[in-house]
Amino acid sequence: MSTAVDSVDSIDSALQGRSILDSKAPPGPLADKWDNHKFSVKLVNPANKRRFKILVVGTGLAGASAAASLAELGYKVEAFTFHDSPRRAHSIAAQGGINAAKNYRNDGDSVWRLFYDTIKGGDYRSREANVYRLAQVSLDIIDQCAAQGVPFAREYGGLLANRSFGGAQVSRTFYARGQTGQQLLLGAYQALAAQIAAGGVTLHNRADVLDIVTKDGEACGIVARDLLTGEVRAHSGHAVVLATGGYGNVYYLSTNAMNCNVTAAWRAHRRGAAFANPCYSQIHPTCIPAGDEFQSKLTLMSESLRNDGRIWVPRSMDETRPAADIDDAGRYYFLEEKYPAFGNLVPRDVASRNAKTVVDQGLGVGPLRNGVYLDFADVIARDGEQVVREKYGNLFDMYERITGEDPYKSPMRIYPAIHYTMGGLWVDYNLMTNVAGLYALGECNFSDHGANRLGASALMQGLADGYFVLPYTIGDYLAPRLGSDPVPTDDPVFVEAVSEAADRTRSWLSVRGTQSVDYYHRELGKLVWEYCGMARSRTGLEKALSEIPALREEFRANVKVLGSADGTNQALEQVNRVDDFMELAELKARDALHREESCGGHFREEHQTPEGEALRDDENFAYVAAWQWQGPQQPQALIKEQLSFDNVELTQRSYK
Amino acid sequence: MSASVGARMNLKLRVWRQSGPDQPGGFMDVDAPDIPEDCSFLEMLDIVNERLVAEDVEPITFAHDCREGICGTCGVMINGRPHGPEAATATCQLHMRKFRDGDKIVIEPFRAASFPVVKDLMVDRRAFDRIIESGGYVSAPTGTAPDANETPIPKDVADFAMDAAACIGCGACVAACPNSAAQLFTAAKLGHLNVLPQGQPERLRRSEAMVETMESYFGSCTNHGECSAACPKEISLDFIAVMNRDYLKAKIKNRRLASQT
Repeated sequence: MSTAVDSVDSIDSALQGRSILDSKAPPGPLADKWDNHKFSVKLVNPANKRRFKILVVGTGLAGASAAASLAELGYKVEAFTFHDSPRRAHSIAAQGGINAAKNYRNDGDSVWRLFYDTIKGGDYRSREANVYRLAQVSLDIIDQCAAQGVPFAREYGGLLANRSFGGAQVSRTFYARGQTGQQLLLGAYQALAAQIAAGGVTLHNRADVLDIVTKDGEACGIVARDLLTGEVRAHSGHAVVLATGGYGNVYYLSTNAMNCNVTAAWRAHRRGAAFANPCYSQIHPTCIPAGDEFQSKLTLMSESLRNDGRIWVPRSMDETRPAADIDDAGRYYFLEEKYPAFGNLVPRDVASRNAKTVVDQGLGVGPLRNGVYLDFADVIARDGEQVVREKYGNLFDMYERITGEDPYKSPMRIYPAIHYTMGGLWVDYNLMTNVAGLYALGECNFSDHGANRLGASALMQGLADGYFVLPYTIGDYLAPRLGSDPVPTDDPVFVEAVSEAADRTRSWLSVRGTQSVDYYHRELGKLVWEYCGMARSRTGLEKALSEIPALREEFRANVKVLGSADGTNQALEQVNRVDDFMELAELKARDALHREESCGGHFREEHQTPEGEALRDDENFAYVAAWQWQGPQQPQALIKEQLSFDNVELTQRSYK
Repeated sequence: MSASVGARMNLKLRVWRQSGPDQPGGFMDVDAPDIPEDCSFLEMLDIVNERLVAEDVEPITFAHDCREGICGTCGVMINGRPHGPEAATATCQLHMRKFRDGDKIVIEPFRAASFPVVKDLMVDRRAFDRIIESGGYVSAPTGTAPDANETPIPKDVADFAMDAAACIGCGACVAACPNSAAQLFTAAKLGHLNVLPQGQPERLRRSEAMVETMESYFGSCTNHGECSAACPKEISLDFIAVMNRDYLKAKIKNRRLASQT
């Protein structure tokens, strides 16, 4: 750690002797770990399950699948969403597909290969045991979803269709047109709806979770604000499950939905849950380039487009011809030239950084010269427009609606945007955070994707966690607590947390500053994108670390929120979230600064190969950086979970 | 980022303001000058809201989330049409280049008795969830599934189901209907599940339960077809025919079962 910043060094030494985080990864051969573990965990007898109440926050793929599956088992579940309906969670926007090692194509896929691809794609920064389990349960997910009636794409013979997807050399991706996330979420939502009707799940919609409550070191409930009435109240349970998604909106402009936020996870962090690898964020290569200040979000187009589209920019900065008139000699197919084996299908981070490189060189296209072309002319000429329309019709329509340009006639313009965050709450093999009884699922946790996530693996992980992992592992925590009642909501821990959350929310109304919440969110986003985005440097990160706290102070002193706290007030909902993003942004920059290497979604300019590829430092950084809250006046402490690779050999990724 | 490259437009808005579900509402006239034509309709409202906040006027409340036309959260009446003038386009995907400089735009919440106004342009569509809860699912508890390829589904059947399943649950169909009927929403879910092999065991029970729950919240269908015309996902009216057929079958079968007992 001689290369880390001073503050981290000092915290590090202060923590020496403190026990490191225990991953609880079971012993034994990799392929047997999950089976052995399922056998070794404690069970709650079927008749006793109804005596446990579990709070599930978030109703996306991970939350809805967990809530439904736990209720099916007999647990009493309370589910919380800030949406009007659970069906609106942002999982719904995933387009491309979901991976599973079914090997239906007979092309050499296997659980081992999916495991290996995920570990390698994650640039060797994830836990072997978790990833192997993910690959194992991927098989069950497809079966489960098909049984629910998810209308996966089919071949003429009636069997499931597959496609190959960003970075994979086998066709293991299942899809439902360009709406895979929507269909999988509706499957989970419908399973949840069935349990709501059956009485197993009580749903709290328009409930914004503002705090996590612990007593004697165990999670005992949450504090939520009713977004219709403004009422802030406590909910108590035997365990709390957070499935609240990622923190991509720290960048303001991202492909996340407008209301995605880090608040529940961040508040859990402030209550003791370690936050792992916040610097790992994924840039998605195929988004529509930003327009202007008014831009409120970036729209992603499925990277399945890269299967058939060819990515290029003009060779000359002075090119003035329309795209279609530029001959091959004038086109620079930069991915195909640099990576002949993978071409346009290199992993997301590689594709993104190369797009940034050519745009930074001044070769960008479009009115703001901030994009690269994604061209379908060749495949339209080869297969015909009808085939292309069948595969990508809805994506082409979406592009045309947003840009006013017809992608059947001229190439699309794309540019990378923040899309997914691999970091998140630290969890052990049971998906429990270091706070007993507090679980984190899906994008909310850090566990399976390492430093970079493969395409079509987010849906897989969310559903794996919710359908097939948590229902097995949660019993291990609950079983010894049989007979204990949840902490009553009039207990001082709840009373205090409720009044804290209510006061915090109300306090924004009395700031009476001059700038809107969105203004500060945008300013924060610009800082984080500039200094902690696609490429990072020590100078930039140090700048971020001085500018973010300054912005936060200004925000707290000068934000303007109108209206009242006693009813619907969207600015008031947002202001708590932006406040939490401000704190997270700082931790993210510190994490990025301390990680003196490049890996996956974390690219440090100081650490690259002569060819400009990410250069890892396995000797010093093959660990999970989990940050522990030390109070508002002190920087978080770094705790390391050392990663060991017993089954794969660490190699430098090469997609040439 | 540099200044906008596209043209700008000046608009006059009439926006419905209502401070709460039980409060009287009314229109507010707002000038919206200098709006970039490349921004979306909701981004136009964002700009207007920032200006309102600067003038100490509480911003306009409107529901929105993904802003890419898939979550179904957004939806307002624009000049009397749900989601505005463009076919197959949710409000968040409508762009200002579809309007002209000087246009007057009237913006209201979706109007239906079963979608009470929460505030300004935001409505409560929970009645849709009640319909799904009454039977809009296949009972397949986690862990029970056979291998996915053990049940082949002909491609045209899967495509038909997917056409129906594309519904985003935004409620434009209800808002467009003179009777505030929810036939298209309900039929979309039944059309999705009732044609698939997995959906057969519960087909009739599902049809009966969902239709009757729908009728307890919403108005009746009189075949205007406004729903399908307003649908951002262009869900076909044909699914309503499928639903009616299955509902009728369910009633006949149930009567037969009742007479046997």
